[in-house]
Amino acid sequence: MAHDVRLFLGELLQLPGVSAYESSVRERIRREWEPLVAEIADSPMGELQALKQGVGPSPRNSVMLAAHMDSIGLMVNGIQGDFLRVQSVGGIDPRVLPGCIVKVHGGRELIGEVFQPPKSCLPEKAQKGAPDLRYLLVDVGLPEAELRAAVEVGDLVTFASPVMDIGTGMLAGPSLDDRASVAALTLCLHELQGRPHAWDLIAVATTQEEVTAVGALHAAYSRRPSLAIAVDVTFGQAPDVPEHQAFPIGEGLTNGWGPNVHPAIFDALQKIADQEGIPITTEVMPGESGTDAELMQTAAGGIPTGVLSIPLRYMHTPVELVSMGEIEAAGKLLAAFVLHLEDDFVQKLSEVHIHGH
Amino acid sequence: MAIESLPPASPTPESLALLARLTEAVGISGGEAEVRDIVAEKLDPHAERMEIDALGNLLAFHRAPGDRRPKIMVCAHMDEVGMMISGIDKSGFLRFKPVGGLAIQTLGGRQVWIGREKIPGVIGLPPIHLLSEEKWKSELKVDDLRIDIGASSKEEAEEKVRLGAQVTFATRLHQQEGSIWAKALDDRLGVAILVELFQNPPPGIELLAAFTVQEEVGLRGAQAAAHRLQPDFGLALDCAPARDFPTWEGGKNDRYVSHLREGPAIYVMDGRTIADKRWVDLITRSAQENGIQYQIRQPLSGGTDAGALHLSREGVPSVSLSVPARHLHGPVGLIDVADWRAAARLVYASLANLPASDLWQAD
Repeated sequence: MAHDVRLFLGELLQLPGVSAYESSVRERIRREWEPLVAEIADSPMGELQALKQGVGPSPRNSVMLAAHMDSIGLMVNGIQGDFLRVQSVGGIDPRVLPGCIVKVHGGRELIGEVFQPPKSCLPEKAQKGAPDLRYLLVDVGLPEAELRAAVEVGDLVTFASPVMDIGTGMLAGPSLDDRASVAALTLCLHELQGRPHAWDLIAVATTQEEVTAVGALHAAYSRRPSLAIAVDVTFGQAPDVPEHQAFPIGEGLTNGWGPNVHPAIFDALQKIADQEGIPITTEVMPGESGTDAELMQTAAGGIPTGVLSIPLRYMHTPVELVSMGEIEAAGKLLAAFVLHLEDDFVQKLSEVHIHGH
Repeated sequence: MAIESLPPASPTPESLALLARLTEAVGISGGEAEVRDIVAEKLDPHAERMEIDALGNLLAFHRAPGDRRPKIMVCAHMDEVGMMISGIDKSGFLRFKPVGGLAIQTLGGRQVWIGREKIPGVIGLPPIHLLSEEKWKSELKVDDLRIDIGASSKEEAEEKVRLGAQVTFATRLHQQEGSIWAKALDDRLGVAILVELFQNPPPGIELLAAFTVQEEVGLRGAQAAAHRLQPDFGLALDCAPARDFPTWEGGKNDRYVSHLREGPAIYVMDGRTIADKRWVDLITRSAQENGIQYQIRQPLSGGTDAGALHLSREGVPSVSLSVPARHLHGPVGLIDVADWRAAARLVYASLANLPASDLWQAD
């Protein structure tokens, strides 16, 4: 039976997985990946490493495909009366918070709502302009004594918005950055069932990408793959987003180009996408890629890296929006990429270094 | 005096299910049909007669008693604040305008329903990565926001949504321990209490139930309903803002309006009306005699249908009784279950006490 990616992703999106607290997401991914790979291993930095062995002669080259399972979120940093104060984990525009329904993960899970107190409760400087996270409160509907018994400083708070099927084949909800790519990696593993590939494939669900990307660092350092691809989301075109900085949803994946990307990997992704008839656009990344590829590139003496991205609207809001078709396209492209890896590709990786692009 | 057969102190499964249906209905001011249909369905077995007037108010009557009893119009408004689709962009994103006193700063990052079909949409914001500091430090303006229904062109959007379609937050009711979280508690909670009251009316009065429209845009429905019903007395059931929040400096919050978990709020004065003192006394006395917690709503601005009611025809002695609710006019409000039940009990006790009170005796 075909893998129901919508169902799996829907479940993933409902799980809390703020950076450094990914365990519930990891366990759900493990359940999905275990039947599809030869080995699956935990790591002290929390990332999930899955090995699908290649059939080439030993010692085999290996390709690492990494998607991060953590998401942005909030952390309780104070209790005032019947209410909580919060700090952000990762980058959040405070303007998405007032009116946002959240889950507070204390001694028991509680639904709450972020709100901005009325002007009469705020200092004068906070009465104008956009809300400042510092002055926002979370209401869980409990009086102070019960609140203090249930929640403490350091507890996590996540967006509780349900997953919403929208338009034709689109999905909106929190944490699609980057669980959409975890779903793509899962599809890739399904695609590769019963189809031998020369290289070893190491699929990784990484941790803490939204803060330091230590999960990707650990995976790359401990496995030392011959090459690594970060699978992530990129800015989708939407109102008020400069057109030249974003990519239209539903019109193709993006292939990162810039100092964080090895030219031979860029070329190979483009070539295979063309062969497979998968639309792909070049995404220029003149400095950082803002993905796991940054720490993977410089890990363990250097690893050739690529960045494959799925356009997503409203990044880092509770209503991130992607096209399911593009998640499927990414899964298909990654599988085709793995199937096409020949031993001489390692040669190409060093030739490019000598001759330039 | 103490009243027998008060409504139950805990919600029944039926009353909770009704509140969920009512709050999840899409019904902004001027588009209350879905709410009205639910109310009509619930009242049908109990009403001698129901009318829908020119504005869309639903008026329900019991069989008129033989003797002359006090005619009391109890009203609750069916409409909620929300949005209306006002345009469709080339690329299929929808423009909208607020309807009523919508909390604009709660719109960013929300899920919405369009129309009774509940077509799903989202109001996104640009990624913070691409925003200048100036931009993310300026407050949201409706004209900068769009609703995304996943349409890739104007034509595709037009197939699904027409101009003027109503929009509400996509919020399902959620009960958590002693509290209820839902959209449109203002005033579907009042509607739920009035439905329950109509199904089990207090003796000795002639209850005229008015489920009104367009309260949020200027108490319009109540004006027409009161004219038609010609009551002796008026009572509006609504929600009172509970702004019982701490101040940043830690000082006393002297503009709290009402407190959650301190019982229904009796209005003495708001921005629209000064409540009839005899009504206020009747309700407070009924609360005390029946051991029902209550509070006096802090006299501040704002208003309810009582503002329109008391100006009907030659004037009607009126009052408001409200359930304290937090975070009204946004995606999700919060009430305390005990406050809700106390309000249902208090309105029943007060109406049962009215015929023997100085309100009726002095009439």
